[in-house]
Amino acid sequence: MGRIVLEKVTKKFEHVEVIQPLDLTIEEGEFVVFVGPSGCGKSTLLRLIAGLEDVSSGDIYIDDQNATDLPPAQRRLAMVFQSYALYPHMSVRKNIAFPLKMAKLDQAEIDRRVAAAAEVLSLTDYLDRRPGQLSGGQRQRVAIGRAIVREPSAFLFDEPLSNLDAALRVGMRLEISELHARLKTTMIYVTHDQVEAMTMADKIVVLQGGVIEQVGSPLELYRNPRNRFVAGFIGSPKMNFIEGPEAAKYDAHCIGIRPEHIGVSETKGEWKGSISVSEHLGSDTFFHVHDTGLAETITVRAGGEVAFKHGDTVYLSPRPEMIHKFDAEGLRL
Amino acid sequence: MATQHSRSAARFMMAPAVMLLLAWMLVPLIMTLYFSFKKYLPLRGGDLGWVGFDNYVRFVSSSSFWPSVTTTLIIVGGVLAITLILGTLLALLLDQPIWGQGVVRILVIAPFFVMPTVSALVWKNMFMDPNYGLLSYLWEFFGAEPLQWMSHASLTSIITIVSWQWLPFATLILLTAIQSLDHEQLEASEMDGATALKRFWYIVLPHLSRAITVVLLIQTIFLLSIFAEIFVTTAGAFGSKTLTYLIFQRVLESQNVGLGSAGGVYAIILANIVAIFLMRIVGKNLDK
Ligand SMILES: Nc1ncnc2c1ncn2[C@@H]1O[C@H](COP(=O)(O)OP(=O)(O)OP(=O)(O)O)[C@@H](O)[C@H]1O
Ligand SMILES: [Mg+2]
Repeated sequence: MGRIVLEKVTKKFEHVEVIQPLDLTIEEGEFVVFVGPSGCGKSTLLRLIAGLEDVSSGDIYIDDQNATDLPPAQRRLAMVFQSYALYPHMSVRKNIAFPLKMAKLDQAEIDRRVAAAAEVLSLTDYLDRRPGQLSGGQRQRVAIGRAIVREPSAFLFDEPLSNLDAALRVGMRLEISELHARLKTTMIYVTHDQVEAMTMADKIVVLQGGVIEQVGSPLELYRNPRNRFVAGFIGSPKMNFIEGPEAAKYDAHCIGIRPEHIGVSETKGEWKGSISVSEHLGSDTFFHVHDTGLAETITVRAGGEVAFKHGDTVYLSPRPEMIHKFDAEGLRL
Repeated sequence: MATQHSRSAARFMMAPAVMLLLAWMLVPLIMTLYFSFKKYLPLRGGDLGWVGFDNYVRFVSSSSFWPSVTTTLIIVGGVLAITLILGTLLALLLDQPIWGQGVVRILVIAPFFVMPTVSALVWKNMFMDPNYGLLSYLWEFFGAEPLQWMSHASLTSIITIVSWQWLPFATLILLTAIQSLDHEQLEASEMDGATALKRFWYIVLPHLSRAITVVLLIQTIFLLSIFAEIFVTTAGAFGSKTLTYLIFQRVLESQNVGLGSAGGVYAIILANIVAIFLMRIVGKNLDK
């Protein structure tokens, strides 16, 4: 249960084609993450799957059934919204029980399922509070609780962590991953944070301007980005792109090298430059190196204990096997 | 220092307005209290001295007192029920994207700009007149005997007229409340399997409860004192005499200022009871 197939799906908002003809297969039990810059159509795509928006053309199949014209309630999907969308006048218990009550389950069964969900999400002590009396992370858990009690065939998350602070975000990220490991239900997760995408996904779908740029596992995208956009989007800090004569040496319009694939030395290397900014994170250090004779500032990642500082002269040497070559259209050679 | 300075300056400058308001409120109140303890008949001897609580006793023991209280409550209750129910429905309708939305909204608000006297006269003459009113044509069209609205359905008529006037107010407040409802909540409930009716009941209505209490409170305060609508339609006849109207009759028609003033004090007490009662509900609702 939980296989979702999109066939030539498009979406137009008043003549603007926000989603261009798009094919995508989401396998049963997969954790799929949609990433892309703001406005690329991630939410729209999710809402099309949920049935909150109607497709302009194309078909959506859920578990081999054509769901294109099914209303949201009959698609057996549960959604967690960015704003949580909890019902403010209902207690946590009633919020979680709401979908079950709408499905007309008997009270004993409702109580059992709500208690089980509260247990899983450690909400048992908060069941009688209202959403307004909870912290952001707790609200998020209530929203997830409301989704899991229905035992849907797939979960849809729209940037569920973007309202949380950094520490909590990491915690909730783990909780959601754990939940997926336990339930083994298909999950579709929208985010613009590539770290979330890399850490959680079985499969990442990179979107730009309503077009799928690439679909693949996190490491696949990291190792073999199909084009310059994906190469720049996946990985942190961003890949260095170098154009001009240096790229011509490699018979490419542009070459890309990730900061972690550049060696730093005091004495010898391919490019000589000086450090403009060095960011010490403890475990890692990021150097921004300029005056290398290249047009671009190069970002380099080195170990935490490297003792270079602002103004120091360094030599950089990219690992040749890690260089990505791109043509003028940005496609990988 | 500066804030203290400006605070006292602010007090000083506000003083005239506060004084004026106080005088505005206190003078009539004190005069009403003063006259309520007097036998004062302007055309039959003028001030005839203090009579203690005589006026108060006479006002409540008059055979028209309790019927007038009942009438007041029926009118207030009827208008509240109609404006709240229709107001909610209209607000839901106006929230939908429809063609010519702007014009429709202005049309809906229009009755609020018509003076009470004018609207009551228009209803009385254009719609409810048994000979040439539009409603009598309608009745005749269906082969029925035109209704003598003012005499046979006096309360219904007044409630209809007043509801027509207050419907825009209720609609407007409820519409703004509906528009402030988080759209994602509706979508979430839709995904949770709630039908349109259930979405209304479980999501929209609780969201509106605050706005509904505000409408309830404000309208009650104004409806307790409606006068023009009764004056120009039934003139208090056919069981349409409210407490306000009874006071008017005592003072101006029977020229008994003392008795009317005592009635006025009762009206103040009634209004305050209702206000306290409503404030409680509102307070409870606004806390959330
Ligand atoms: N109801 C709508 N009417 C018209 N245009 C819309 C509507 N909803 C979205 N759009 C447009 O569709 C495009 C994609 O929007 P969408 O919300 O899917 O972006 P997103 O990828 O989720 O962005 P973000 O990361 O900022 O949430 C945007 O350009 C947006 O302006
Ligand atoms: Mg979005």
